[in-house]
Amino acid sequence: MKNEKILEIKNLKKHFDLGKNQLLKAVDGVSFHVNRGETFGLVGESGCGKSTIGRTIIRLYSKTAGEVLFKGEEVHELSEKELFNFRKKVQMIFQDPYSSLNPRSTVREIISEPMEVHELYSNKKEQNERVYELLEEVGLNRDHANRYPHEFSGGQRQRIGIARALALEPDFIIADEPISALDVSVQAQVVNLLTRLQEEKGLTYLFIAHDLSMVKQISDRIGVMYLGNLVELTDSDRLYENPLHPYTQALLSAIPIPDPDVEESRERIILKGELPSPINPPSGCVFRTRCPFAMDICKQEKPKWREIEDNHFVACHLYNEQLEKDDAREPVINIR
Amino acid sequence: MEKILEVKDLHVNFKTYGGTVQAVRGVDFHLNKGETLAIVGESGCGKSVTVNAIMGLIPNPPGKITRGKIIFKGRDLTRLKEKKMRAIRGVDISMIFQDPMTALNPTLTIGTQLMEGLKQHRNVSDGEAKKRALEMLELVGIPNPEERLKQYPHQFSGGMSQRIVIAIALICEPELLIADEPTTALDVTIQAQILELFERIQEATGVSIILITHDLGVVAKIADRVAVMYAGKIIEIGSKREIFYNSQHPYTKGLLQSVPRLDVKENLQPIEGTPPDLFSPPTGCPFTPRCPFAMEVCNKVYPASFKYSNTHSVDCWLQDERAQKLLAKAVKN
Repeated sequence: MKNEKILEIKNLKKHFDLGKNQLLKAVDGVSFHVNRGETFGLVGESGCGKSTIGRTIIRLYSKTAGEVLFKGEEVHELSEKELFNFRKKVQMIFQDPYSSLNPRSTVREIISEPMEVHELYSNKKEQNERVYELLEEVGLNRDHANRYPHEFSGGQRQRIGIARALALEPDFIIADEPISALDVSVQAQVVNLLTRLQEEKGLTYLFIAHDLSMVKQISDRIGVMYLGNLVELTDSDRLYENPLHPYTQALLSAIPIPDPDVEESRERIILKGELPSPINPPSGCVFRTRCPFAMDICKQEKPKWREIEDNHFVACHLYNEQLEKDDAREPVINIR
Repeated sequence: MEKILEVKDLHVNFKTYGGTVQAVRGVDFHLNKGETLAIVGESGCGKSVTVNAIMGLIPNPPGKITRGKIIFKGRDLTRLKEKKMRAIRGVDISMIFQDPMTALNPTLTIGTQLMEGLKQHRNVSDGEAKKRALEMLELVGIPNPEERLKQYPHQFSGGMSQRIVIAIALICEPELLIADEPTTALDVTIQAQILELFERIQEATGVSIILITHDLGVVAKIADRVAVMYAGKIIEIGSKREIFYNSQHPYTKGLLQSVPRLDVKENLQPIEGTPPDLFSPPTGCPFTPRCPFAMEVCNKVYPASFKYSNTHSVDCWLQDERAQKLLAKAVKN
């Protein structure tokens, strides 16, 4: 079951026209797929385009080029009516539990709104029962239905957001930084809830986040983004054990580990400089301005997105030779 | 070791429409010269209020320091008049805030903002102030300082702005630097740069640092000692190793188990429940409702501070010898 592609993205581009002949290339040619029942993590620093991908998939943005195939159908060519049904299957959980819930609606209204829009239940009683059921599923209780969002803590609000996303019994959930606004002890609560719901309902998640340590914890596969491009994609364990792209290596080494002994013995790669502007990205490989291994070719040619070993994709010129000779080479730096 | 700062039994309240919030409810700690003390805890636990009190930045009303002492170089800061406090703030004690984008004034060049404190507090000429500003920019790693001095905050990225905020904080050579979540708003690769900068600055200037953060990874990297706060109290304090490898308070243990680690795959064990409401804080240990080891006494009386070692102390009834005996018995059976 895990090998059925529920979502396929092919060479997706999303450019924003800023006027004055300026074009912001938020997503610039990204390809990946998500299998049914898995959690796919999309990580990268702010401004790398990870949220734009999520929003383009659900058609909150219209794509500039490429394909977004959900169960084999192009999402961006759906008619109004088809789109309406598509959104029943694909739901979103947002980052900020404070601004994503209407402060003037009760929890009951918030959770039942999608049910009403999609006319799921013929009578109020059934609908209310379903609201209570959902509240209990996400670890709240039925007494909470008549309260307003301000009466809840951040973690509880995020649970309400999750209950709302589950109201339509979707197959696919896009979670855009669902835990970044929460305290550490509460983050783990919400992540465990998401994992439990996935097991119970066979959900598929696209988990967008910047916190690689949490993403690694819950994802089956992870894609790493930098400035509108995917630079590496593989299983979550392999990404940590054998990162190939210099950006992935730097990103992993920059994350401090809550263990003093490990921290003291760790070699750290400190990247020079800052993220270039996506309005005027560097030629060739977008990472070359900060890459410790940049070569001449990196300036001239954009590296191809290639499968370098089974299920391990990377876009980097360092591995050109390897592909030609096909001899396994040790990764450039071992980060541990 | 020389103590540069001592906080004793600090209480801070805020009056609101809903009642009085007891944000800080009796905090004791000290800071040694040249060390980095990290204060960790969840939002609302009182860590920011504690350091704002040290800086004399509690707005009154609604806030008020109702009890306690903050002794800095032999003087009790809670008793100082605002005018005297102004001579300390930014000179002897400086502060760095979370969001570098809002900490800088968008209408002034960074040169003006850098030199402002220096001109205010030290009797220096424009030329000297500029020279010192250039030195500081160099120290915090900003390329082309001469040109950058004339630029405005919007021309700097988040990481660069935070470097400037750090330069401003350090320009009068303070002895104590308070950093309130200084890297939370930054990306990890930039965070790594800033943390390295902190270490370099401390080596170069010998400044003592109080670092507030919720990121235990950051703590593991740069702290010497760690204070864990919960519901307005420091529930455990000790050296970095004591807290990470030999924590005694169930909350500290829970906190350590609930953070994911990049280098190990394990199931996350969240701390169930939420912190108590500080409008009417419990009389006993505030962690009782979430504590897997809670006893009857925990609900009624706040535990005394038990000294685990010279540097390590913990507020928990489990340390009481009667509880220890019970535990030993339970283990035997």
